[in-house]
Amino acid sequence: MLMQLYRGLPALIAITLLLLGWETYARLSGISPTMLPAPSRVIEQAWIYRQPLWENTLPTIRATVFGFACSLAVAFLLSVLVDFFNPLRRALFPIFIISQTLPLVAIAPLVVLWFGFGLAPKILLVALVTFFPMLVALTQGYQSTEEEIEQLLASMGAPKWKCFLLARLPSALPYFFAGLRISITYAVVGAIFAEYAGAAKGLGIYILNAKNNFRPDLVLAAVLVSAVLTLVLFGLTLLIQRLAMPWTRSSLGSGR
Amino acid sequence: MTIPPRLELKAIAASYADLQVLQDISLTIRPGEFVSILGPSGAGKSTLFRLLTGALKPSRGDILFDGSPLDTASSPFAFMPQRDALMPWRRIIDNTTLGLEVQGLSRREARKRVEPLFAEFGLTGFEQHYPSALSGGMRQRAALLRTVVQDRSMLLLDEPFGALDALTRAGMHRWLEGMWMRHQWTAMLVTHDVREAVHLSDRIYVLSPRPASIVEVVDIPLPRPRSRKGAAGAEAARIENAILETLLGPHEGQSS
Ligand SMILES: Nc1ncnc2c1ncn2[C@@H]1O[C@H](COP(=O)(O)OP(=O)(O)OP(=O)(O)O)[C@@H](O)[C@H]1O
Ligand SMILES: [Mg+2]
Repeated sequence: MLMQLYRGLPALIAITLLLLGWETYARLSGISPTMLPAPSRVIEQAWIYRQPLWENTLPTIRATVFGFACSLAVAFLLSVLVDFFNPLRRALFPIFIISQTLPLVAIAPLVVLWFGFGLAPKILLVALVTFFPMLVALTQGYQSTEEEIEQLLASMGAPKWKCFLLARLPSALPYFFAGLRISITYAVVGAIFAEYAGAAKGLGIYILNAKNNFRPDLVLAAVLVSAVLTLVLFGLTLLIQRLAMPWTRSSLGSGR
Repeated sequence: MTIPPRLELKAIAASYADLQVLQDISLTIRPGEFVSILGPSGAGKSTLFRLLTGALKPSRGDILFDGSPLDTASSPFAFMPQRDALMPWRRIIDNTTLGLEVQGLSRREARKRVEPLFAEFGLTGFEQHYPSALSGGMRQRAALLRTVVQDRSMLLLDEPFGALDALTRAGMHRWLEGMWMRHQWTAMLVTHDVREAVHLSDRIYVLSPRPASIVEVVDIPLPRPRSRKGAAGAEAARIENAILETLLGPHEGQSS
């Protein structure tokens, strides 16, 4: 525990210095707080407006989690299908790659137009940005299976599906979690963007309103909340990984 | 009425893409025989096992098992890959029961079969460890244990003792010879180690460098269990030297 604190120390110092610099500049240069508010003011305002901030964070969390869960489920199912039927992969992957080139600024308003201000368009947009990275991570993970392990299982008479469960799926876990960590940050950004394009409540719409009211301090307060949200989700994936892959930690002692 | 050989290879050739690896391999293994394949690195010894486990199709020739064409799907072999192919996500005990689980035994039953053998393999106390916590030699012993508990009609061992120190290796030779005599296994062993081949085999096939063909067949009619003492020991040493001459001969010719 102490060890982990120690390893986090450089990052902590860097962030503190950055904030100090910002604070000093904002105070000494005489720049207007409607242009660049000092960090202290952002935190102060975040505290004052904690009630509305919280009320707007909940829908964002909901959109992120639902959207990501849907995307994960579909990505997993599809990855399995693609692993068993290779032609499917050649048929579908080009479509998915194209889906990744769509600019979110253009798609988000359209999706809101088609599906309204409810949860559906948010789920869709979150899924759009997270689905492909997860699919790629999973298929790559399956392919990383050691050839000799598969040869061994084949020699034992394991049918293809057993080989998948016993070897390919566990081999994909490190890739899966790497993909998960990247996607979860995309998911938050995707949800906020979807709300920005149109929503009744949410961090995205809150940011839009604060901007229109010339309150950059509240914009930054909302950004702070979204950053904390992302970090919490990120930490959660690390925790799940440690629980799901116990063999990666026992080997080199507990000091890691 | 003669019993057919357990395994018969007839004029086998095999290649990867445009790299021809095996040129002309014919060999016969009768039930209960211990046969070794000895050859330089890269000759195609592991490739030979790939043909037997069905991971690769021969480009020419026939493989007969008990008199009929080999059906790799019926998995008549217990195969030990060159790199141990232990699954990093399974504890040692669960790695050793893998073959039994694939055969459909319950986890509990499989463990009951394997547990008594841990002492003999020098793995007592490591049942619950992950493979990453074991030394190279221990990993090989675990892989060998995983192989022999499968109780198949023939063993395929690809350099099973490569990572062991000389002393442990000699001990494992003695152990394997004892087990083989007791269980009347049919065994095919791939090795670099001439002494190992001479100690364990009824017959040795010596391969040429790639593309491999068989340059010599050496019968070893020494009494069992074999020891390094007395007249039999001297005879074993003589055979070892003769084989080394064969293996080294062509190389000397090339380099001069
Ligand atoms: N999957 C593969 N694709 C292409 N070439 C391969 C493949 N596997 C092996 N080879 C090539 O085939 C040749 C024989 O390989 P193989 O593994 O059978 O050698 P080996 O006799 O087992 O050697 P060693 O004693 O070092 O294990 C090598 O030259 C290798 O480069
Ligand atoms: Mg080899």
